Amino acid sequence: MSASAVFVLDLKGKVLICRNYKGDVDMAEIDHFLPLLMTQEEEGLTCPIMSHGNVHFLWIKHTNLYLVATTNKNSNASLVYAFLYKVVEVFTEYFTELEEESIQDNFVVVYELLDELMDFGFPQTTDSKILQEYITQEGTKLEVSKTKVPTTVTNAVSWRSEGIKYKKNEVFIDVIESINLLVNANGNVMSSDIVGTVKLKTMLSGMPELRLGLNDRALFALTGRDKGKTVTMEDVKFHQCVRLSRFESDRTISFIPPDGESELMSYRINTHVKPLIWIESVIEKFSHSRVEILVKAKGQFKKQSVANNVEVRVPVPSDADSPKFKTSTGHAKYVPEKNLAVWTIKSFPGGKEFLMRASFGLPSVEKDEMEGKPPITVNFEIPYFTVSGIQVRYMKIIEKSGYQALPWVRYITQSGGRTAMLFRYSLLMYRERDPSFSHREKLFKIRTSIYPIVFLFCFLSFRLPTTE
Amino acid sequence: MTDSKYFTTTKKGEIFELKAELNSDKKEKKKEAVKKVIASMTVGKDVSALFPDVVNCMQTDNLELKKLVYLYLMNYAKSQPDMAIMAVNTFVKDCEDPNPLIRALAVRTMGCIRVDKITEYLCEPLRKCLKDEDPYVRKTAAVCVAKLHDINAQLVEDQGFLDTLKDLISDSNPMVVANAVAALSEIAESHPNSNLLDLNPQSINKLLTALNECTEWGQIFILDCLANYTPRDDRESQSICERVTPRLSHANSAVVLSAVKVLMKFMEMLPKDLDYYGTLLKKLAPPLVTLLSAEPELQYVALRNINLIVQKRPEILKHEMKVFFVKYNDPIYVKLEKLDIMIRLASQANIAQVLAELKEYATEVDVDFVRKAVRAIGRCAIKVEQSAERCVSTLLDLIQTKVNYVVQEAIVVIKDIFRKYPNKYESVIATLCENLDSLDEPEARAAMIWIVGEYAERIDNADELLESFLEGFHDESTQVQLQLLTAIVKLFLKKPTETQELVQQVLSLATQDSDNPDLRDRGYIYWRLLSTDPVAAKEVVLAEKPLISEETDLIEPTLLEELICHIGTLASVYHKPPSAFVEGSRGVMHKRLPLGGDIGGSPAMGAGFGAAPAVMPASLNAPVGGGLGDLFDLGGGVGMPMGAYIPPKTVWLPAMKAKGLEISGTFARRAGVIQMELVLTNKAMSVMTDFAIQFNRNSFGLAPAGPLQVLTPLGPNQTIEVSLPLSTVGPVMKMDPLNNLQVAVKNNIDVFYFSCQYPISMLFVEDGKMERQVFLATWKDIPNDNESQFQIQDCHLNSDAASNKLQGSNIFTIAKRTVEGQDMLYMAIKLSNGIWVLAELKMQAGNPNYTVSLGTRRDGEQHY
Repeated sequence: MSASAVFVLDLKGKVLICRNYKGDVDMAEIDHFLPLLMTQEEEGLTCPIMSHGNVHFLWIKHTNLYLVATTNKNSNASLVYAFLYKVVEVFTEYFTELEEESIQDNFVVVYELLDELMDFGFPQTTDSKILQEYITQEGTKLEVSKTKVPTTVTNAVSWRSEGIKYKKNEVFIDVIESINLLVNANGNVMSSDIVGTVKLKTMLSGMPELRLGLNDRALFALTGRDKGKTVTMEDVKFHQCVRLSRFESDRTISFIPPDGESELMSYRINTHVKPLIWIESVIEKFSHSRVEILVKAKGQFKKQSVANNVEVRVPVPSDADSPKFKTSTGHAKYVPEKNLAVWTIKSFPGGKEFLMRASFGLPSVEKDEMEGKPPITVNFEIPYFTVSGIQVRYMKIIEKSGYQALPWVRYITQSGGRTAMLFRYSLLMYRERDPSFSHREKLFKIRTSIYPIVFLFCFLSFRLPTTE
Repeated sequence: MTDSKYFTTTKKGEIFELKAELNSDKKEKKKEAVKKVIASMTVGKDVSALFPDVVNCMQTDNLELKKLVYLYLMNYAKSQPDMAIMAVNTFVKDCEDPNPLIRALAVRTMGCIRVDKITEYLCEPLRKCLKDEDPYVRKTAAVCVAKLHDINAQLVEDQGFLDTLKDLISDSNPMVVANAVAALSEIAESHPNSNLLDLNPQSINKLLTALNECTEWGQIFILDCLANYTPRDDRESQSICERVTPRLSHANSAVVLSAVKVLMKFMEMLPKDLDYYGTLLKKLAPPLVTLLSAEPELQYVALRNINLIVQKRPEILKHEMKVFFVKYNDPIYVKLEKLDIMIRLASQANIAQVLAELKEYATEVDVDFVRKAVRAIGRCAIKVEQSAERCVSTLLDLIQTKVNYVVQEAIVVIKDIFRKYPNKYESVIATLCENLDSLDEPEARAAMIWIVGEYAERIDNADELLESFLEGFHDESTQVQLQLLTAIVKLFLKKPTETQELVQQVLSLATQDSDNPDLRDRGYIYWRLLSTDPVAAKEVVLAEKPLISEETDLIEPTLLEELICHIGTLASVYHKPPSAFVEGSRGVMHKRLPLGGDIGGSPAMGAGFGAAPAVMPASLNAPVGGGLGDLFDLGGGVGMPMGAYIPPKTVWLPAMKAKGLEISGTFARRAGVIQMELVLTNKAMSVMTDFAIQFNRNSFGLAPAGPLQVLTPLGPNQTIEVSLPLSTVGPVMKMDPLNNLQVAVKNNIDVFYFSCQYPISMLFVEDGKMERQVFLATWKDIPNDNESQFQIQDCHLNSDAASNKLQGSNIFTIAKRTVEGQDMLYMAIKLSNGIWVLAELKMQAGNPNYTVSLGTRRDGEQHY
């Protein structure tokens, strides 16, 4: 059904640790893994599934490790990958970093975890919080009273233990949105959608029942209510704790939350969004002598708003040298190990336009191989600005002990800033405008318009209503 | 201090030292020693010599130490089976420990020790654990049954564990249910006919309830299990779909894909005009799109499956083209798959966007991706006629870049465009010809040569161009050589005057100087054609070419259906049926989608006769199945006298067709002799004499063993019954259907022909009793393809009665087994031509439907 065995290998293909779950695949088969991968890499056609004879390798890479599952059956491939990523998640929770050293340093716990995570190829308990209750990093002394199976392991509520206690009962809701934009060479937005996540930090005692109210258009349509702005969610994905059939029938998001931090839901919204920072660039490459870059950035958001920590990352040829920069604001630097010129602007008011010029020397003897066209990346944050309009309307908290709990909705950045509503730009593509460019021409001229994929973060510290 | 210190002791005499430490009295030292042993094991050192010493540490109250010892046991028990028995006692003891963690640990580890000797000692502890009060132990024990079954299937069946496992499906704890389902599915996979997962509306309902409560993994087990069920009708199908759709909102991509599998399969049964059908279609698109924001490996699995889904139901994703646009940082395997799906979704409505994207891709640096993008442009041209012109001009732009592999790829696809739209884009030929010299790949050269030959009349210097290729004729690949030969012949037929010499040259190169038989043969054929009848040659060589199809790489429909049933699995990623890459998938039935609700209404059509033709892969099995169905059918009626089954007489030759002679008859096996029993009736006005009979060659070599005994003339309205003994030594020829027999009957008036079908059962010989051992071996040897399964319905016999009944027809029961109210009969049949057919008959008390699995070892039977 799924994996016969799971291996953790280092980059040289040496087995660091492994666990044979079913015994139907020879453990020595793993020796074929790296040679196969090398062959594929040489051909430039790697694939997450490889086979040798009747053995199939399903693998992922994490830092300096390969996690490989073997099978000789028609296994459920999506289950295997989801499981391998879960293994990474659990190990990371346990060891903070998952890498070669952390495996060796903790091999006893790793074995214990591998034993608990999967049985005979069937994934079992993979919730690290629950696992930590009975697989601890210090050797467990066997006192009958102490090491019991947490009932949670087999409960219908397999993500929350009983008997949690807090002095002050609070729950924090973080809404994080990112906007993906793809724009073609003519400046048309090819596609744009908002991907948002709702994260929880739950500090509630007991087994609370929660209900989250969003300004979901489908819900308002169902209840026939019309209260201001609503949002149409294209697709919603929920944490295991949310009652999916309930949502399916009446769009109610009801759940018993996991303790501590968790990602409650993610959603996708198909809305046309204009790029908030518009970037145009002209890159002129004079072969054997120099490359000149001109980047114009324009804030296309309200004048009252300010984008913070704007970072424009412009790719340059890998053999460039002697950088020279000139900027109308902020400062620029060359990051040779990433083949990037990075232009940073601390504060970027809406409606303004800034310029950066850069020039690089090129060697007279050119490299033969063609280089890819990585995108120009822009990161930024705009406080006090909303994009999707999604709102947390209320959070109902019911616990049988009847305590009063405080729900807060916060919009925070991932870096932990807590002061403002934030937007962040990330990644974008650049494309040639001139289709007839030739790789062999002496003058290499690329005109690009750059369009970003935006991350939006909001921050607030609103007290939420606890009823509809 | 971290565990890594344990890896550092690598001096000589290490094993000896460890041995001493393991036997130390101090607990701490012992534990350290075991850790060192495990560390050595982890780095691949052989520490099996320490087996007895480690096992001695097994009895400990330290859980961590116990786990390590168990781990050691799992690794080395197989190499030390005799010593592994030492561990049995501790296992048994641990299975009764007050701590459920230890009970579960013991039962889990036990199953991983794949030593046959041990297994039987483990039955009792396992039985207890399956009924344990703690669900953690029960869920572990459930999986252990699957483990044990893998080691010793018979033992598990004999001990009745399968029934206990089935009971666990109704357990109150969702995790136990999920593991029981997983274990049963796993077992059922290796025993496809065992009907273990007796899925019926009640059990399905239980599973659907558990679905809401169990972990994400449990949900996957249950959904994958549901996917094997075939609902009775469209209403049941709809209600299951309704309860499965909420899973599409789960954060785990694997849950989503398994739910998609169930929905795609059950949707097949819904009438298309049903409102719900449209709703369901709409619900499927968003989750499929969201899968594309998962991790790249999951994206890859999703994309391979989406590729199947858009072939099966293009309407689901037809508006979602944009999400398949390639991102700069997508891994190459994701890029290539997205490209494939883009082409499949390309339509007149979105072609402009698609082309703009493809053009972008064609200027990337990744060679394979660029090539595929160029090819994709060509495919768009062929698929969407309105876009052809734009595609061609895009391709010409790309040719201008002079990037070698882009040019070559472009020329290959332009050739296809020429074929699809003849006489439309020939103006670009001049541009193509400019790039003649840069072509170094055979496919591109062949394509260019084809173009020159095809349009020879418009290319002034076609002869020069082709001649230039001819110089290195022998260094070219076969593909190019063949194409060159054809192209020059075409040229000659179009411009005979100037090219006589050239054609002579190529023909002699192809026929005299080449070792390649294909090339030589083609050369000779052209040569003869040209020398005997130039007009005919023209007709042949310059004939109109068949249209090329719009869709390429489409998966063949039956395979597609099977793959849809395997969504999310390796098969769906490879686009191959599991039987193509899983070894020993004996008897794994090819999964099929259920019959459409708008066609049959009810999928259970093959009532009465078990042999619904759709599920009978092997030709022999159809009539045998039918025959068996017959046998039971009668058996189900009033008690018939014991003996071989004889079908009632039917009219084979009506009087209308035979100038008044009516023949009806049947076949029977009496005392080991096959008899054809005929009733001849004279419905004509004149007397009939001089009867004779002859058989055409047939599948089993049936032939009359003597003359037709009609001694007295047959007067008007007279009837005579004759019995004709048959032998099976006549000439053999495969008939279709297999049991068809063509007969010629002659009398004084004329010769009449008719055909009839004999029951296969009359070919079953009396010495068809097989030794049990032989049966078992043969049963195992039967290749998958030769096996088939079907149901016989409405048969009210118990197993003994059935067995007796069948014996009368020379179907011998070799073995009988009873598993929880379900009787399994294993039967052997020997055919007159020496072929054995083995059958497994499953019957359940109170259920009138029997399941029959048939298999035969001889591949040869396929030919009869």
